[in-house]
Amino acid sequence: MSAAELPSFSTGRFRAEREADWIAFDLLLTKLEKRGAKALTSDELLQLPILYRATLSSLSIARATSLDKALLDHLEALSIRGYFLVYGVRETRWSRARRFFLYDWPAAVRAVWKETLIIALIITLGALTSWSLVASNPEWYFNFVPEELSGGRDPRATVEFLKSTLGHGGDTGDEQSGLHVFATYLFTHNSRVSIMSFALGFAFGVPTMMLEYYQGISLGAMLAVFTSKGLGVDFGGWLFIHGTTELFAAALSGAAGLRIGAAVVFPGARGRLEAAAEAGKTAGKVMVGVIIMLLVAGLLEGFGRQLITDTMLRYAIGTVMLLFWLAYYYIPRREDVA
Amino acid sequence: MTAAANAKLRSASARKVRQFVTPEGVDLQLKIASAGLRFGALITDLIILFAIQFLFTLFMIWVGFAGGDDVAYMIWMLGAFVLRTFWFIGFELGSRAATPGKRLMGIRVVARDGGRLTADAVVARNLIRELELFLPLMMVGVGAAEDMVSGWTVLAGVLWSLTLSLFLLFNRDRMRMGDLIAGTWVVMAQRVKLDSDIVASAGGEAEALVFSDAELSVYGIFELQELERVLRGRDPRAMREVADTIRGKIGRPVAEEDDVFLLSYYRQLKARLERGLLFGKRREDKYASE
Repeated sequence: MSAAELPSFSTGRFRAEREADWIAFDLLLTKLEKRGAKALTSDELLQLPILYRATLSSLSIARATSLDKALLDHLEALSIRGYFLVYGVRETRWSRARRFFLYDWPAAVRAVWKETLIIALIITLGALTSWSLVASNPEWYFNFVPEELSGGRDPRATVEFLKSTLGHGGDTGDEQSGLHVFATYLFTHNSRVSIMSFALGFAFGVPTMMLEYYQGISLGAMLAVFTSKGLGVDFGGWLFIHGTTELFAAALSGAAGLRIGAAVVFPGARGRLEAAAEAGKTAGKVMVGVIIMLLVAGLLEGFGRQLITDTMLRYAIGTVMLLFWLAYYYIPRREDVA
Repeated sequence: MTAAANAKLRSASARKVRQFVTPEGVDLQLKIASAGLRFGALITDLIILFAIQFLFTLFMIWVGFAGGDDVAYMIWMLGAFVLRTFWFIGFELGSRAATPGKRLMGIRVVARDGGRLTADAVVARNLIRELELFLPLMMVGVGAAEDMVSGWTVLAGVLWSLTLSLFLLFNRDRMRMGDLIAGTWVVMAQRVKLDSDIVASAGGEAEALVFSDAELSVYGIFELQELERVLRGRDPRAMREVADTIRGKIGRPVAEEDDVFLLSYYRQLKARLERGLLFGKRREDKYASE
């Protein structure tokens, strides 16, 4: 075979011709990763898709012709990195956040309305159960409410003590600051319970429903203690100011869990995995909302409740919050077109 | 290594490769990250988290002496909560879709359907992490707190919750419970430096050595790439061993330096196999027919 007949294509020449593009693409990606799309000049932005396609084409050719492992690995890694940067970031964080608050969050909550109703019923049922039991026999209370959460508010307590826990004057400064800590503890505790009741959803939703039922039970038991001492209305106000937000959030977290459980049990025409993934996305959006709601509830509980001691005003704020959430979630609006 | 073991090894690594076709029609062939790497990444993240939390605690104690104790305690509690909940979410929402631990291990999260990794998917997969990590611990805690629960009940509870936590060991795609629900995968995404072309950098010395077609036909692609690895490694003992094996196989006396011999054998074998590729013949390894 003479030199003239040798194939004019060689992988060495292929590499020499294209290497500059790969290096340029690598540098551009590094810059993009480190400092974001804003750091790129318009020239570099125009170069990005061109270099990306050049690299992908090099990868295809290299796979078909080259046996240099180091070269193949490099091109593969570079292409993967490039693909996720070129196709991954289509939105700024700001527009992502804006879309979430304006459309995605309420839409996700609307989508789980059936589950929300079911969980609300379960919580109510739990509250009714424990309320009727504690009302007929106060001893039941100790089975329902753990010691560390009740903080001395049990059937043995005097009317005066119970009244003082509701914050109608008489609070010294010390106790009040103690309550801030208690409120923060409640927020992190409630968030954790909500995350659990969501995360347990995949077990066909059964643990979720149990957890929510249990939440209703402690609520009903407390309510029974206070009504038996004639403090029902006051306790209602104490609870209502943050409870509308907090219980709504609890119900939504349960609903998110139940949505996943339902998708696993009844996947419909899709595969079980697909159905679970789809439900998981909706539920994930709901859960971000739930954490925000719990934060609001924690603020209302920690600060609003300490500063506002008038029962009627507490009812008013609680009602306004409830109406706000209902309007935010359920008033129909035009879908996102941006 | 026997032929059967060899084939088994390669098919095992092939099973971890998943098709992932870009809109340009190129299959990126993503590799699923192994359970060990995932675990390593988690441990790294937890260590960093604990370190930050520790420093944060020290800082809050220091601040706490100056200001009101309760406010400091409150901020500490909120800070710890936010840190733990949003560490994973925050990092995985970034453009590299990986926490520091994952970056260190060279892995990242991607959407299983090939689309964009959405924020809700990241949130869903990480909130479920809470369950996977803490349910076994909680089970132990509950068992310790309540005397009436017998040891066996606790054990059953822990085992049950461990099957959730170790879910990723029981499926081919190494999906955690959270990946399953969020529709995500964790795949390899390490950076590979472009190494120099060892064929091009060879000196004129290697030209002198010419192998016959019969001498080059004993090996396939797999052996070629192993040889490449040895050449790039530059370990004289490994080179000596490989050179002796090849000399034995093709029946050549020891007449030149190992690296010169290996390099020229590599160049000529590579040229021969690549010529085969151009004609549509891909010889995977030495067991495959010509």
